[in-house]
Amino acid sequence: MKGVLDLGLLASTVRLATPLLLAALGGLFSERAGVINIALEGLMLAGAFTAATVTYFTGNPWIGLGAAILAGAAVALVHAAACIRYRADQVVSGMAINILFLGLPALLCGALFDTTGGTPQLPRSELLPTFPILLAFALVPITAYVLDRTRFGLRLRAVGENPEAADTAGIHVALVRTVAVVLSGALAAVGGAYLSTGQSSLFARNMTAGRGFIALAALIFGKWRPVPTMLACLLFGGAEALSIQMQGVAAIPVQLVQILPYVLTIVVLAGFIGRARAPRALGKPYEKGR
Amino acid sequence: MKALRQLVFPLAAVAAAFAVGAIVIALVGDDPIATYQLLIGSALSWPDGIGYTLFYATPLIFTGLAVAVAYRCGLLNIGAEGQLYAAAFATAWVGITCAGLSPWLLVPLAGAAAIFTGAAWGALPGVLKARFGAHEVITTILLNFVAVAVASYLTQYHAKQEGDAILETAPIGEHARIARLGRLLPGFPERIPLNAAFLLALAACVLVYLFLWRTRWGYEIRATGLSPAAAAYGGIATGRQIVVAMALSGGLAGMVGINEVLGYRYRYYDGFSTGYGFTGIAVALLGRNHPAGVLLAALFFGALLRGGLFVDIFTAHVSRDLILVLQGVIILFVAAEELFRGPFRRQRRSRQPRMEA
Repeated sequence: MKGVLDLGLLASTVRLATPLLLAALGGLFSERAGVINIALEGLMLAGAFTAATVTYFTGNPWIGLGAAILAGAAVALVHAAACIRYRADQVVSGMAINILFLGLPALLCGALFDTTGGTPQLPRSELLPTFPILLAFALVPITAYVLDRTRFGLRLRAVGENPEAADTAGIHVALVRTVAVVLSGALAAVGGAYLSTGQSSLFARNMTAGRGFIALAALIFGKWRPVPTMLACLLFGGAEALSIQMQGVAAIPVQLVQILPYVLTIVVLAGFIGRARAPRALGKPYEKGR
Repeated sequence: MKALRQLVFPLAAVAAAFAVGAIVIALVGDDPIATYQLLIGSALSWPDGIGYTLFYATPLIFTGLAVAVAYRCGLLNIGAEGQLYAAAFATAWVGITCAGLSPWLLVPLAGAAAIFTGAAWGALPGVLKARFGAHEVITTILLNFVAVAVASYLTQYHAKQEGDAILETAPIGEHARIARLGRLLPGFPERIPLNAAFLLALAACVLVYLFLWRTRWGYEIRATGLSPAAAAYGGIATGRQIVVAMALSGGLAGMVGINEVLGYRYRYYDGFSTGYGFTGIAVALLGRNHPAGVLLAALFFGALLRGGLFVDIFTAHVSRDLILVLQGVIILFVAAEELFRGPFRRQRRSRQPRMEA
């Protein structure tokens, strides 16, 4: 085992956990407010594409990051409008956004750069430094504080657990939910931006490769709580780091390490490791006066 | 008249999606009308356009039915993709290991392997939901990744031909192949991979209709979907209906393996599906979760897949990713149907089952 479990592995675990953690914290805001966010994958792709493209044209990754946040928030606003205003099924709307953003960035890349769906390589000097890593981990205590100790957090939990009571208490359910979903889009987009302009140096078609879904799994694995969600992201990031390191060693087939996060989450969902209780009103559209 | 009314919202969603698509096409610098002419014209030419459209529609009929059956029970099966991967590998495995059998035995056996493997992989999230309350949306998504990885592992370590650089299994036995329609239809070229699985897909539409609306089991599944509490009060074992519906859904998705392995490539090929399971969601939604609608929607999306290849090659800027954009927007519009109801806001809601989240 020597050479497998070392500092390098720890460092790559933290790096690989970062996009998961950003997206999972985004999902946490949305789901604690009662809106299922299965669109994390598509939101990450939107962020990754926007960050790489804007960085390519401006030469500044910070402008790219800012644009990615705006793009993620805008796409999330579409999800929010569909789910909250037009009472679309939240899972279906999320899948629509995932499919849409599998196609749209690739289509635009083909037209902008004449490639088969990716951006050209960005120079090393135009990549984001470690900032997204620090941001992701700093957001864990901040999220916990906001949720448990602020008025906004109380309202957010209220509309996620019991929207009728929240409405009676004078809380604008639709508004709080919309803000939460938009926030989740912005955070997932930062995760995507880190993938394309931090961890690697270009956008490639479907470069998230299921990370949005792993983030969602981490959120459930962490039972919709910030600190356990972070630990789950580290666990899943560690599994990915291990499977990358093992590619040369090949003592265990790499596919079997890759499925670890999924199998673990299913076990948790089935209630074998404590019960995962979702916010009570998760997935239920709220209609005033019914 | 009732059937006609059912068509209004799906057609409005398709029209709206094409309008959004036209904006995207114009934005990247191509002519929307010429692009759509190319898209539709190349999908409807005889015999290649029609032949390939039907060929691409075949897996979508299966996955569309799969999603629709689960939806009728109030379940969203996002796992058709994993179910069809597991099934396709099992089909190839039977086709390889039992290659010596006579075709009359081997084809049904390999076909049954597809259906039962898909059913088992679909029943698993059903059991997890019925027994442990685990939400099927999450478990089916997770099981997709597991199925793809396990099939890839089995292919690489246990079913690959020595020295093959591509991640695919050895070919199945000659006797496991099913006929291409070119062999059955005089004048239809055999180079088009449209095969007997398409006829199976048509039969599946009829059987699913008969099952859901003409049998007691189908009634119990639909009752569970419309109102689990009322169904349980009426003496229906809703937990069992969930498992049955998911197994049926998985079995239908698994039939994609028959088209792919026994009818087209004659082996399991890693990563063969271009998201058939996910497109199945669009097919079922657009088809209003009814077998007749699923058939129409699958033909529509099959035509898009065929036409997309030509758009990719013969336009200056637009790639076949346009199809994904159209698909995503169509799902969004169908889901947010109330968008089109604007002026008639107070109309009664659609009587589709509502998801229990």
